[in-house]
Amino acid sequence: MAAAQSAFGTAVKGFREESAARIVRIDVLLLIAALGLIACSIYTLGTATEDDVEGSPHYYVLRQSIYGGVGLALMLLVARFDYSRLRELKLGLYGVAIASIGLVFLLGAAARGSRRWIELPFFRFQPSELGKVLLILALSAFLIDRIRRLQDRETTSRVMLLALIPAIMVVAQPDLGSGLVYLAIVAAILFVAGTPWTHFAALGGIAAAAATLVLVAAPAVGVTVLKDYQVDRLTAFINPSDDPQEEGYQLNQSITAIGSGQKTGRGPDEATQTKLDFLPEHHTDFVFAVVGEEFGFAGAAIVLSLFALLIWRALRIMTMSKNLYGSLIAGGICAMLMFQVFVNVGMTVGIMPITGVPLPLMSYGGSSVLVTFLAVGLLQSIHVQARETAAAKGRELII
Amino acid sequence: MYLDSDNRPPITPQLAFRVAVMGAFALIVFAIIFFRLWYLQILSGDKYLADANNNRVREIKVQAPRGLILDRDGRVLVDNRVGLAVKVRPDEIPEPGPERTRLYERLAKTLAMKPADVRERVESQLKAQPFVSATVKQDVEFPAVSYLAEHARDFPGVEPEAVFLREYPHREIGAHLFGTVGEVTKEQLEDSRYRGVSLGDRVGQSGVEYSYDRFLRGENGKKRVQVNALGVKTRDLRETESRQGRNLRLGIDLDVQRVGQEALGSSRGAFVVMNAQTGEVVALGSSPSFDPNIFAKIIRARDFKRLSSEENGKPLFNRATQAGYPTGSTFKLVTSVAALEGGLITPDTPLFDGGSLTVGGVTFKNAGDVAHGSVALREALTVSSDVFYYRLGLAANNKGKGLLIQDWAHRLGLGRLTGIDLPAEGQGLIPTPEWRNELYEKDLTDRPWSVGDNINLAIGQGDLSVTPLQLAVAYATVANGGYSVRPHLGRRIEDPEGRVLQEFDAPNRRKVDIDPAYRDAIMDGLVGAANSPGGTSTAVFQGFNIPVAGKTGTAEKGLGREDQSWYAAITYPNDPQYVVVATDEAGGFGAERAAPMVRQIIAALYDAKDDGPPTVSSVTD
Repeated sequence: MAAAQSAFGTAVKGFREESAARIVRIDVLLLIAALGLIACSIYTLGTATEDDVEGSPHYYVLRQSIYGGVGLALMLLVARFDYSRLRELKLGLYGVAIASIGLVFLLGAAARGSRRWIELPFFRFQPSELGKVLLILALSAFLIDRIRRLQDRETTSRVMLLALIPAIMVVAQPDLGSGLVYLAIVAAILFVAGTPWTHFAALGGIAAAAATLVLVAAPAVGVTVLKDYQVDRLTAFINPSDDPQEEGYQLNQSITAIGSGQKTGRGPDEATQTKLDFLPEHHTDFVFAVVGEEFGFAGAAIVLSLFALLIWRALRIMTMSKNLYGSLIAGGICAMLMFQVFVNVGMTVGIMPITGVPLPLMSYGGSSVLVTFLAVGLLQSIHVQARETAAAKGRELII
Repeated sequence: MYLDSDNRPPITPQLAFRVAVMGAFALIVFAIIFFRLWYLQILSGDKYLADANNNRVREIKVQAPRGLILDRDGRVLVDNRVGLAVKVRPDEIPEPGPERTRLYERLAKTLAMKPADVRERVESQLKAQPFVSATVKQDVEFPAVSYLAEHARDFPGVEPEAVFLREYPHREIGAHLFGTVGEVTKEQLEDSRYRGVSLGDRVGQSGVEYSYDRFLRGENGKKRVQVNALGVKTRDLRETESRQGRNLRLGIDLDVQRVGQEALGSSRGAFVVMNAQTGEVVALGSSPSFDPNIFAKIIRARDFKRLSSEENGKPLFNRATQAGYPTGSTFKLVTSVAALEGGLITPDTPLFDGGSLTVGGVTFKNAGDVAHGSVALREALTVSSDVFYYRLGLAANNKGKGLLIQDWAHRLGLGRLTGIDLPAEGQGLIPTPEWRNELYEKDLTDRPWSVGDNINLAIGQGDLSVTPLQLAVAYATVANGGYSVRPHLGRRIEDPEGRVLQEFDAPNRRKVDIDPAYRDAIMDGLVGAANSPGGTSTAVFQGFNIPVAGKTGTAEKGLGREDQSWYAAITYPNDPQYVVVATDEAGGFGAERAAPMVRQIIAALYDAKDDGPPTVSSVTD
């Protein structure tokens, strides 16, 4: 009885120890980066959106806090699972991605309008966001399956095709930004896996030809692939004053907001670009401009540093992973984060086209926040697994 | 290289390289973003901060009231009053389309306007200044404004605004002097005269409002408000007060002005009262007059037409400064100076007046066919002998180039601008052989210049065209001993409390050399004309205790038209004080109409109690 008790006790203790050890083995800096960013987001939204929804000054802050809390829980949960098991589910994951994106089309068609989300009782679910992570997991798995035939053009083209299908679907929603993120993801996964550079060169050539076709040739013969406003957005940043009323207006206002922040910002009360609505979408796509205006170069530098920390940890986790699958996932997530940060921030400072890419963890939005936390959770899982494997093999990780 | 089994060494050099590539890429992009932020926030921050403030701050003009216009004693001639204007806000008016059209229709109905006019007015203003409210109607009656307020929902973007409007408490009295105030034109904005004026401001467009606009207009204030991206006001910012324009004090005496205007009554004519030494205008009026209050609002085309039409006597036309007339015998002053200075006669040279003079088969008669016998200059002026002056006209025509009278007319200020501080002055005309012959060559007249033209000119008939003001200047010049004065209305600029800010010195006088002996002889003749037995206006000035010298004039206007009555007077001829000129286009003999008017005016000028002349018996010119 006592022995049994003792054995049971030991088992429980062992489980607890194992569980605790797993939590301890997460990447603390990665966690700090993610928490820091969501905290910055909540603080910025709190100052910027108090007048946006009449009667409820905390509308966005409250929701973003809830998304952040749920996201954090989701991250810790995912960190405890072994991501390697997801490899077997690749078809399912890919299927869910395609199906949910397709569902948006069906619902959108039913509502006789285009849209990007599925209305759920408590929030608007944006499948194209979830698609990012699902695609990373599925494509990495597909690529691992054919890792010996990496030199085959067929491998590259198959993986590309698998990425292009959802990419084209979301572009048609129309969500050009997510489509481009998918392409960045697949390029990164192929690169990390070791696809020969000749394949990339060929892909680059095809991409250039396709871009020419879409932007120049097709409109010339009367076929519109991109909607007018998407073309406007893509070209507005080259010369914003050409069309100061529309896309150029947003860009000018964003640059003005950031510039007016100067060294330490105008402070939340004096940030007139944000407070008086000159800066459009200041809680979503242009949240970085709010940071720039309210907190200046100092505030922008803090946010960028947190992103740099996030990306550095992701790169580091790529090198730690216990298997190639983990490296590919980490590479995909790293590319996803980098691409979104660079395109979004680049857009707000006027060196990138307006593509409607949210700034991870900073932009208001449940789908984006939850999916980013999910991705960070996967990174944590890779980290935990790597540490555990190393511990099991009785050797220290090199890094 | 890697195993399908997914178990592999922790890190390979290849993977490390690829991670390094990604890291390097991230580093480069972060660096670019940091440099860009540095450029935007640190290097160009000031510029963007200014841009951001430009975005949010809207300046709303606060109209400055214009300065008042006062008479010499400080009585208000032109006042300000607050009126209600109906305006539409560009940010709240419905988008162009049926809804906006319906708004125009409702507004037109409420404000008693045509919908097309409302549209035209609003759209043109919004086009010129997209962010500024457009005025639909100036000076709207209160009931209409309260109707708009009660039905605000039917009138989106429509709001009343208090505006300063000009008010003329004395209505027809002095109407021609003040001029009108109107919105500045595009051409004016480019003129340095209007520095500091911006589109939509109201400036003086005629009269002294125009001449002294620089002082009268004041400085508009600025109300700065913070607006959001939709242009809706969110906060009041600091305000710059408007500064009322300076008051302008004129030399005009309201009482004299009123008496002059009333003396003219419904006649078509004009009067001028001017200081003979300085040229300061004490009264200047034209009849028919008009009520300038009609211009305080946006004047209707119908009203404007009525005020400019010939059959109504063109009330807007200032006969005192713009109308050119033959002056009849009042011109003999000029002929006298010319004949004396030209050596045709001495003050005592007798010439025979047999009642008529025949030159080249044409007989020139005295008025009333009287014969004055042998007369010298003094008597010729006193009794107004035409034949005496016919002979001078004849002699002048034959002397030198034949321009003796014309040259002296010009020197004394006729046929040239007087330079009065009122815009749009008439120049008049002194007929010369050259002028007439040129017209004849162009077939614009029936005959070339002949001696008869000069004979007619000598007594102020024919093609001569002189404004009443010019005549006053000529009389002043002779009376004051040869100083051609420049008439002026403006006396000084004062602040609203009456403190003098700037005195206008009397403008420089142009010296005209007239022998004092000649001047005295002429003055004697003029004194006689108003005082001696046989003087043309002696009867009119009987019992008048202010010393006056004066000359009647009766200008023939052609068959079937009444003669134009003229009188030019000088008060205190020994030390001349004022020149008074009056004319009535259809007043008959000078002594019949113009001279009694002058008597009334002079009485008012000296605050003298005067019951007017005893019943005037037969008069001649």
